[in-house]
Amino acid sequence: MVEHAEIRMVHRGGSKINFREPVITNDSRFLLCAAGESVNVYSTSTEEYVHDLQGHTGLVTGVVLNPSNHLQVYSCSADGTVRLWDFTDAILIKTFIIGYPIYSIYVSEKHGGVVFLVVPMANYKSSELFQLVAVHLPHSGDQEVEARELSAVLCDVSPHAGAASFGREGEYIAAVRGLQLEVFFFKKQKSYRFSLKSGKKKGAKNAFTCISCHPKEDCIATGHEDGKIRMWRNFNQKKEYTYSTLHWHHGAVNTLCFTPEGTNLLSGGIESVLVHWHYTQENQKDFLPRLGAAITHIAVSPDGSLFSTSHSDNKITIIQSCVKVSAVIQGLVKGDGVWTNLIIDPRSKALVLNGKPGHLQFYSLHRDKQLYNLDIVQQEYIHEEGLDQFEVVKAAFDARGDWLATVEERRKKGAELEINLKLWAYDELTQSFVLNTTVTAPHEDQITAMFFSPSPETTMLVTTSLDGHFKAWLLADHSDANEGFWACDFVGGYHLLKPGCCSFSADGSLLSVGFQEVVTVWSPASWELLTTLSQPPGAIRDLCFGRLSCSKYLLGASTKNQLCCWNLLTCSLEWSTPMDVSLLQTDPLSENMAAFCSQSGSSDLFVFKPSEPRPLYSQKALCTGKVQHAVFAPRDQMLESCEERTQWLNRSQLYFFTQHMDLLTFSTKTEEDRLLASSKQLMVDDSVAVTPFYLLLGKHRGQQLEKQEALTNPMAERTQLPQGSIAIKELLHTPAHVLPSASFLCAMFVRSLLISSSSAREEKEHEEGEMEREEEDSEGEADPRLGESAAWGPPEEFGAPALTKAQERELRKVKTFDHSWLSSLLDC
Amino acid sequence: MASFKSTKIPIYPKLGEKVTPDTLYWKNYKAPVQIKEFGAVTSIDFSSLAPHNYAVTASTRIHIYGPFSTEPVKTFTRFKDTAYSGKFRSDGQLLVAGCEDSMVRLFDVSGKVALRVFKGHTKGVHVTDFTSDCYHILTGSDDYTCRLWDIPNSTELTSYKEHTDYIRCGITSKLNRDIFITGSYDHTLRVFDARVEKSVMTMDHSQPVESVLLYPSEGLLVSAGGRYVKVWDLLKGGQPLVSLKNHHKTVTCLSLSSNGQRLLSASLDRHVKIYNTTNYKVVHNFDYAASILSLALAPDDESIVVGMTNGVLSIKHRKSPEEKREMAGKQRMQPVYRIFVKGRNYVPKKDDFLVSKPVKSHLAKYDKQLKKFNISKALDTALESWRRNRKPEITVAVMKELDRRGTLKNALAGRDEQNLSQLLNFLIGNVVDPRFTPVLVTATEMILDIYQAVVGQSSVVDRQLVRLQELVEREVDYQQDLLEVLGMLDTLFATVFCKCTHLYVYLNLCIQTGHKATIHFFGTPSNCLSLLMFL
Repeated sequence: MVEHAEIRMVHRGGSKINFREPVITNDSRFLLCAAGESVNVYSTSTEEYVHDLQGHTGLVTGVVLNPSNHLQVYSCSADGTVRLWDFTDAILIKTFIIGYPIYSIYVSEKHGGVVFLVVPMANYKSSELFQLVAVHLPHSGDQEVEARELSAVLCDVSPHAGAASFGREGEYIAAVRGLQLEVFFFKKQKSYRFSLKSGKKKGAKNAFTCISCHPKEDCIATGHEDGKIRMWRNFNQKKEYTYSTLHWHHGAVNTLCFTPEGTNLLSGGIESVLVHWHYTQENQKDFLPRLGAAITHIAVSPDGSLFSTSHSDNKITIIQSCVKVSAVIQGLVKGDGVWTNLIIDPRSKALVLNGKPGHLQFYSLHRDKQLYNLDIVQQEYIHEEGLDQFEVVKAAFDARGDWLATVEERRKKGAELEINLKLWAYDELTQSFVLNTTVTAPHEDQITAMFFSPSPETTMLVTTSLDGHFKAWLLADHSDANEGFWACDFVGGYHLLKPGCCSFSADGSLLSVGFQEVVTVWSPASWELLTTLSQPPGAIRDLCFGRLSCSKYLLGASTKNQLCCWNLLTCSLEWSTPMDVSLLQTDPLSENMAAFCSQSGSSDLFVFKPSEPRPLYSQKALCTGKVQHAVFAPRDQMLESCEERTQWLNRSQLYFFTQHMDLLTFSTKTEEDRLLASSKQLMVDDSVAVTPFYLLLGKHRGQQLEKQEALTNPMAERTQLPQGSIAIKELLHTPAHVLPSASFLCAMFVRSLLISSSSAREEKEHEEGEMEREEEDSEGEADPRLGESAAWGPPEEFGAPALTKAQERELRKVKTFDHSWLSSLLDC
Repeated sequence: MASFKSTKIPIYPKLGEKVTPDTLYWKNYKAPVQIKEFGAVTSIDFSSLAPHNYAVTASTRIHIYGPFSTEPVKTFTRFKDTAYSGKFRSDGQLLVAGCEDSMVRLFDVSGKVALRVFKGHTKGVHVTDFTSDCYHILTGSDDYTCRLWDIPNSTELTSYKEHTDYIRCGITSKLNRDIFITGSYDHTLRVFDARVEKSVMTMDHSQPVESVLLYPSEGLLVSAGGRYVKVWDLLKGGQPLVSLKNHHKTVTCLSLSSNGQRLLSASLDRHVKIYNTTNYKVVHNFDYAASILSLALAPDDESIVVGMTNGVLSIKHRKSPEEKREMAGKQRMQPVYRIFVKGRNYVPKKDDFLVSKPVKSHLAKYDKQLKKFNISKALDTALESWRRNRKPEITVAVMKELDRRGTLKNALAGRDEQNLSQLLNFLIGNVVDPRFTPVLVTATEMILDIYQAVVGQSSVVDRQLVRLQELVEREVDYQQDLLEVLGMLDTLFATVFCKCTHLYVYLNLCIQTGHKATIHFFGTPSNCLSLLMFL
């Protein structure tokens, strides 16, 4: 594997943030959620990503606040560990090694020092049986602690989060699985089981889906598959338990949650409506409709002011006091399929693909963040299972990004296909796409390919369809003040064969359309059929023109394991090779082409130039399964790697989707080094809300601080002075508007020239002080107030460039002051 | 939380005429003013003098109307019999008119009694005109002669007796005082030169000529007779240029628009057609209540005056720009100050704290019902909108939306007789419209499925079902015809030439989508064949 050392495959596009219920911190400032192998911390007010808690080596399966210290969280993971974190500073405090993969975690204030975990039954490791165990977390000073004392509480529980819940003040724990509800009373050490009939009649599906216990009263709310919510009472005996039924949801109740005071019950399901039941008047309910996608989890902040709902489209919404959506945290939506392929928006350089149903999502690759969703279908989405919805199946941008073409499709069972072709114009004013033309039924059958002509003079769109025609669409001349619209210009066909793919040459002067085994080459200017090329057997699956110096070549991948290259000057076959190419992709900035081949269940990648016999780069067994979607994304900054193997990554980056919908890319060593360097520069002071504006300003301030550092740091000054004083040069060369006022600088500058005798000693003292603080920190778990004040202080000292000592002291004073005020507020 | 997305009402291509600059120009007239005359209005002539009065010849009178008056400003009644062809001199001072009693009278516009009476014709005089030098008068008569008269001496100058039938139209050249052209029921047009004894040019229109017109350049001559309008090139010795057959009854009158770019023809078929003079295509069409005998355009096309056989004079005035704007403004409701405006135009001052209020979006009635998932009510409201203002697009869009939600069947079910018959009425009206067929066919099938058990219980519904069946059968036959056409075209194009491929593909598409234009174009399969033979 030495040869692959410098090119690495990297995951992109974040991970699922809706996998488990998020946690809102006590002060409602942060939201923590499990995201892949880490826990992400977001700001609730600005929806910005703050940092992540990294350390787990497996999927994180649960996050809970430490009931005894609200500045710490426990997280559990499939790697068999429970970790305790200080989430404000992203410090790992302790690791408890359990030894079994953990599926969820529950804690209760009454059971201090004990966590309840769902782990597989020891005897049936492979099977689907799980048990709820209590683990006493041992007190010890070490970083890593083995905690192997498991005591089983309940057997045969569901591994899903939300299938168990602590009752009033932790007196009992209730869990559901299948048709059974089990309540375990800790005092009596006894459990009661209640089961429902399977209820086949009248379409009732009684299986439990979720559970939530009232925090103040003896009442358990359970959700069911048929949309009913049952409120269980009097369950501390076997016989005389009662339940009442609430019914609003028409699909399964996915999640239930009581507010901390127990006055309200929140429920959510596939309808994407947050239902807000009043506990005492159960027929009264409020709704928060159209949240976007099915609700999978609901979390409430400990003071009950914020709700957060996780949605199936990888989204978390934060709702203020049950009426207003205040923030939306959106990850890369990985829906049921990527029909549109991966496309790069030429304007924003964002990756464009299917997002929410009926939407296109624009995902910034450089910032690894979703930019926005563009509503293509523009219809009210009905959240119901088994409905045939419109789906965006094709999308294409023109060369400059002024036009976007989309095709949406709805196939009804036993009825004809509904297709709409929509053309969107980019509006400079609103910075988004505006619908220009809708063509209903542009073709009679499915559209197989759609491309814009890359030539700058004409904006032409070509669609090919299974109805045997390909059509060219042109922007009708706009004679009046209003914008022009698109109209069909040419309909072509070839012997009633079905076209499967098409491709424009780089300058737009040639169009090739693959009609099953035959490749036809047309001139878009006159719509003359120039030539036909064919290499039977096997229908053409993919067509690509070469670029730049290789533009005389046309490549076609056929279904019968063949990759052919035709020379368009001689109209003859240049070369062909037996390869089962599943995807052929050209780099728009170079001659390179990438071919993904599927071979014995895994995919291989070849990057080559059509004119050269040897591939530039090849990697066997890239990933399992076929690679169906890939794209070359241009880099914003060119790499200057001379290494032959990595040269193809200099101008653009190759992104691809695996079968499991993971977005992967290739990264080189030089690039990573650069990234690492740049990430160090960005430090965020978390005492200020993290807004995009702040990030901008913070960076700017950071630069200033660095400059000041350069000026004020005596060590630097001393070494630099003899070499023509870079600091002074820098001071003079930086634009005046980024510098602080001259009077401010002057004093500091002069002071910096003095050699301070006390500075070295002070530094030492300060370091000692910090160590003390850290000790306090680890001890502080027992006393939340103490730990709190300790946990706040240090982060800047490490990250922020050194200030003058006086400034530093001042800053710390402000911080401690600020802190006591906050903690006093929390106490009352 | 996203807001409710309202149902999209697709904009269907309009089946009517296209909006062109011409239609906009010619539609920009106010509703016509109608004046009842004593008999059929045979001639209208505009004075070239500033207020642009016009003389209307009807029965035994000539009325002169001001540009905006509905009462005549002057009347000439000294005719013993039907008057014809009241014409102004180019200076607007004199008016000449022929009469059935064979006398030609010349009036001063301000006077009452005829200044001159020209006697000499033996039959009624239908044509009179001034020559361009203003001193002579041209007349044409039913005695087959046309004559030139001198005004100062009131003597006959020349007489031409070349036509062999009634002379019913004539025109003098505006550029040459000696040239004039007459048209006669003997199917010929003759160009005369007063300096020459005989006609200098003869053209055969092959129909009785009703009207002639010279282009401002006088290189082209337009004649109307029978159903034809023909254009002749005088500079090429009277060579026919175009023959237009756009009317289905005799064309009675011709006129040019002020800029000479458009030609108007009026006919007994009650239409006025407007042609583009570069390609001679009809660009616009006016309909009138009765057969039209005379037509005139005011200078700058300020008004169109049309006289009809029933004696009605119809005057259309062009809308002034202010009025146009006013009309556009009127369509919008004036905002009620108390409700809409109050406080809206308040500009916040410097220290004011601005609380922004979300703008409330208004939903249509059916959308409100859809939002609440009241599907039957949504369909009801949509049907209501169809009954109110005949907009099937809305109803179809709502049906489509319900179908997408999978609840169309529920919405259609559970209706009583009255409701169901409304629904069937709607289907009968729209199911064969190719724009709506895909949606409505599913709806029809669903209705038949749901209500098949109750067929026969209500006579109203049964009758409608029978109508629906007949309609569908007719449509099927029609489609079959179209397919036949397609088959014929297929064979023809396969054998003939490949250049027609584009046309063929177009036709193919037209026929497959049931485009009505195709059938208009071809009429019947046999028609189509003959057309192809012609090609």
